[in-house]
Amino acid sequence: MSGVEKINVKVSAIVPLNELVTRFEFKRTDGALFPTFSGGAHTVVEMIDDGLTRLNPYSLMSDPMDQGTYAISVRRDDEGRGGSLFMHNNVKVGDDMVLSNPVNLFSLDLRAKKHLMIAGGIGITPFMAQIKQLDRAHGNWELHYATRNAALGSYVDELTATHPNDVNVYYDDDKNFIDLENLLDGQQLGTHIYVCGPKGMINWVRGKTAELGWPLEAVHYEEFLAPQPGKPFEVKLSISNKVITVGENESLLEAIEREGVDAPYLCRGGACGQCETAVIGYDGKFIHRDHWLEDDEKASGKKIMPCVSRFEGKTLVLDR
Amino acid sequence: MSKFNFPESIRSRPTYGTLEARAGKSHLFVADAEGAEAIIDLAKTDDSLMAKSHVIYIPKDTGEKYTSQLEKLGINQLYVGPSFAAAQARLQRTLERAHMGLQLYLTGTEGLMGQAQRDAMTAGIPHTAIQTEHRGSIGRRMQCVHCKGITEDVKIDPFVCSHCGLNLFVRDHYSRRLAAFQAVCIDAEDPGNVPPSVELYS
Repeated sequence: MSGVEKINVKVSAIVPLNELVTRFEFKRTDGALFPTFSGGAHTVVEMIDDGLTRLNPYSLMSDPMDQGTYAISVRRDDEGRGGSLFMHNNVKVGDDMVLSNPVNLFSLDLRAKKHLMIAGGIGITPFMAQIKQLDRAHGNWELHYATRNAALGSYVDELTATHPNDVNVYYDDDKNFIDLENLLDGQQLGTHIYVCGPKGMINWVRGKTAELGWPLEAVHYEEFLAPQPGKPFEVKLSISNKVITVGENESLLEAIEREGVDAPYLCRGGACGQCETAVIGYDGKFIHRDHWLEDDEKASGKKIMPCVSRFEGKTLVLDR
Repeated sequence: MSKFNFPESIRSRPTYGTLEARAGKSHLFVADAEGAEAIIDLAKTDDSLMAKSHVIYIPKDTGEKYTSQLEKLGINQLYVGPSFAAAQARLQRTLERAHMGLQLYLTGTEGLMGQAQRDAMTAGIPHTAIQTEHRGSIGRRMQCVHCKGITEDVKIDPFVCSHCGLNLFVRDHYSRRLAAFQAVCIDAEDPGNVPPSVELYS
């Protein structure tokens, strides 16, 4: 099977944090220890929702050295395809679930002299684990966390209580925003910046750092990309000789897997590049949503990332 | 002509580009000998660059030839020193107090660029974010892998280690940490059987 090794777990606790975000904690079914991980890692959660299997990545936000429990925090997205709604509405304490081993596409660069973290909303989750990792190593870090208001500020109290001098919180509703230009100006040489949040925030930080001459190597970002719903479309898988239909609320990758075709994947969020698939022929238009392919590759019509991208048109033939 | 096209080699061997002005409030140059020409060329492409720049320059055997030209460029802070060793404390102090957005430009001989790059990496600049342009001598900074001694400006192959006296073969295997190419004994199996030395790239 594709992906990384799986771990059977039981839901050990469900902790609502606010109106939108709930934390889910897991223990291993076999009683063994979880692997340790590095801050920024995610796990892929298997959700079996009325016959449809979803594999959604979530950042691990528990202590990376805690081998007894894994925890994720899930923001309910009423507009999404239903993965987060499934977690919020259907999952109960004691349920059996399957997680993947941790995979890290947003790790700290430990050569940094200082780690400057910028979080937007639920983008706080990878930093929860990174902060625990850095604290253990007496690392030099600083967090700037923007969220809508105090009521929706997941983990604000915990962070400000434990790290009053390193955590800076900004509430949109109070018209309190990160003063990015002044924040970046004067940071010591060797500072690395990490940003996790909505696309606009990531683009803002990437743009401003480039303008101020920060090297690309010192700018790290992770965007939570979930596959978006879209019009159903038909795909021919040439190696497996199958014609499949991708439903409105499933991704192309999920549809391929549903038909029993073993396709490679890792992050399922358009970032890692594992699921890159060659296009043999098409008549229509690609809806590329990934961060992996370069613009010219997207325009070439020769490649698609089936985890997040879709297609609209008459025919699509894939080398799978 | 101060430019030299190094032939393709193993991946370990550093490669160099052409300096270009980048975005940023402060710009630090470290150059030796003919490296001054690269700075003079770059200054022509961007009128405002030199006023934001700190240049650390080691003329080596070029004497006054380039120093007077550099003085006319309107460089914010120009230091001219007798050797890299003499300039190193200034470089390290400058890096220690520098902020993100500093652009680093290295030009001149491989030994100079390698040593300045090592200090910059220690200060937290990713080595891939440092611009380099080779100018002037193709002499190399070599480390004897046997006694660990460094011989500067090696221009012939094989050469005699200036520390332990072994006959050493010049290799392209490079260490960023040591800022030196690795030289290995050429006559270990058959002492005394040493081919005649030839000029590098001759």
